Amino acid sequence: MTGFASLGSTLRRKVIVALVVGVLLAAGSWVFAQDKPAAPPAAATAAAPSPPPSKPDPAGTATGGIADVTAKTAGKPTLEEVADFAGHNRVSINLMWTLLTGFLVMFMQAGFALVETGFTRAKNVAHTMMMNFMIYAIGMTGYWICGFALQMGGLGALSTMGGTGLLDSEFTLSLFGKDFGLFGMKGFFLAGSTYDVAVFALFLFQMVFMDTAATIPTGAMAERWKFSSFVVFGFFLSMLTYPIFANWVWGGGWLSQLGKNFGLGHGHVDFAGSSVVHMVGGVTALAGAMVLWPRIGKYNKDGSANPIPGHNIPMGVLGCFILAFGWFGFNPGSTLAGGDLRISVIAVNTMLASASGAIFSMFYMWGKYGKPDPSMMVNGMLAGLVAITAPCGFVSSFWAFVIGAVSGVLVCWAAVFIETVMRIDDPVGAIAVHGVNGAWGVLSLGLFSDGTYGDGFNGVEGTVRGLFYGGPSQFVAQVIGTVTCFGFIFGASWVFFKVYDAVFGMRVSREVELEGLDVPEMGVHGYPEIQGPATLVHAMGASGVRAPTVPAMAPERGR
Amino acid sequence: MKKIEAIIKPFKLDDVKEALTGAGIVGMTVSEVRGFGRQKGHTEMYRGGEYTVDFLPKMKLEVVVSDDRADTVVALITAAAKTGSIGDGKVFVSPLEGAVRIRTGEHGESAL
Repeated sequence: MTGFASLGSTLRRKVIVALVVGVLLAAGSWVFAQDKPAAPPAAATAAAPSPPPSKPDPAGTATGGIADVTAKTAGKPTLEEVADFAGHNRVSINLMWTLLTGFLVMFMQAGFALVETGFTRAKNVAHTMMMNFMIYAIGMTGYWICGFALQMGGLGALSTMGGTGLLDSEFTLSLFGKDFGLFGMKGFFLAGSTYDVAVFALFLFQMVFMDTAATIPTGAMAERWKFSSFVVFGFFLSMLTYPIFANWVWGGGWLSQLGKNFGLGHGHVDFAGSSVVHMVGGVTALAGAMVLWPRIGKYNKDGSANPIPGHNIPMGVLGCFILAFGWFGFNPGSTLAGGDLRISVIAVNTMLASASGAIFSMFYMWGKYGKPDPSMMVNGMLAGLVAITAPCGFVSSFWAFVIGAVSGVLVCWAAVFIETVMRIDDPVGAIAVHGVNGAWGVLSLGLFSDGTYGDGFNGVEGTVRGLFYGGPSQFVAQVIGTVTCFGFIFGASWVFFKVYDAVFGMRVSREVELEGLDVPEMGVHGYPEIQGPATLVHAMGASGVRAPTVPAMAPERGR
Repeated sequence: MKKIEAIIKPFKLDDVKEALTGAGIVGMTVSEVRGFGRQKGHTEMYRGGEYTVDFLPKMKLEVVVSDDRADTVVALITAAAKTGSIGDGKVFVSPLEGAVRIRTGEHGESAL
């Protein structure tokens, strides 16, 4: 009986498939038949002097030509019209490149979400995921309100995107007869005279960079951070700390002018954001993780650390791959010009450093601890990417590989140092990956830049040269930038976190942390089938769960 | 009737199942369990830190058989689950008072 029924259903399925295929074939042949008569109407367009023959061009060699140049007399453009068109095309390519690479960087948010959630515990997945999700929306809003204006309001003309000098208002301080740009003052809400295609493209690109920095601390502070506190932080970083430091480096501020004002190389150079994005994120993460204290159970009373393995290695590895893919937007996109063909060098340097970062972290962990640790290999690849972000435009492939290799070892060493010596609990290694290797990245630029690129960078003539290529002052500028980044970002973030913690409390209660943040903080389990329905699991402590945070952490603080 | 509970290594489940079904056992229940015996747990490394896994993952297999078949089933399980190394598991046998097949209401050995 069952055998007959299953035979019947197999037959039925075959008949349905055959019917669907038949219908598709019939429809396809009809569509092709409809295509043929479309040729003749070409003769109807009599206005053009020489109507192009409408025949298909499967090889693509004949598509696009003089007739496609916008001209008063079609097919006969004047020199001026051709030049106009060429200029418009150049800016189109650059704008398109900037937008497309910006879209790639936007997707890195998904990578961060997966890495951070995979390397933390199952009881907190909804909370960790939603921090990574909402930072995109929150950060963007804050950046639109005032972040972009503070960062880029005084940029001046943007040569690759049409040279519009709409962002022309920088707040400067005069010291020693030199101008120190501190923050921009134009572009709030992208309103008024900044309602412009080039400015909007720049906004999109800079916004996704800011969001990358903003999502880094959520990893180091995961599994114990109040969601409400995280929301306020999202506005704080996107509206204040990030934009101000980014202004100093990318918005025409004082660090970028160290070359012009004091003869220190090309000023602080950070091609795609080892310091501006990653070190800012990593140092903010450090301040946040210090103020939050370690997770319950992380440290024993004698101060020794307990590993708390993440719940989903595949998720973390997939996230790493998405990040590595997004980095092709991050670094090559930072030319802000698709016509700047250095992008091929930048892209190759980026991938080489990611490879050596992963390889060297693998061998380091294997040799030192017996097995190639998956989460550390992921951290190693990310560390290589973070480190090459600043120097990617200025170094040869050999040095790119070396920079990645150093970061692969550095990240493993730093993660263990931060955990066991500094006793700071960073569940995903965000401080080691982004903070430490962000610093290594900008410093390595000051060492290995080979003088093949960067003529006129930050308004200084000549190419960018590091210490080993006859540019010691460039290294000094890099050191100043690194120290400034740490001092300003750590100071500002630490004060913010401390004050917020004292006034509102940043940490969930002990009960919430032990139960998992998903239901108490977000109202839903990340994995209901595994953890049981919320009503069952949560019933026991429902009344006391939303009690205000009490400093129940004392025994675990352990330092 | 006897209830036989076997705690075995997870990767040995298929071997044990095949041995039992080959001997005409028509039903069994398995569950994923964790535990330790004399081998205790073992240590692993995560991000450079050592941690101890106290409770190792095992499979618990439960079979109920008539008294006369109990010894054979225990022997089959023991043979199929054995690797010879530490942590192979244990087999427990206990007397069983009753059994009911819910669908038909049959009692005793005819319910097996």
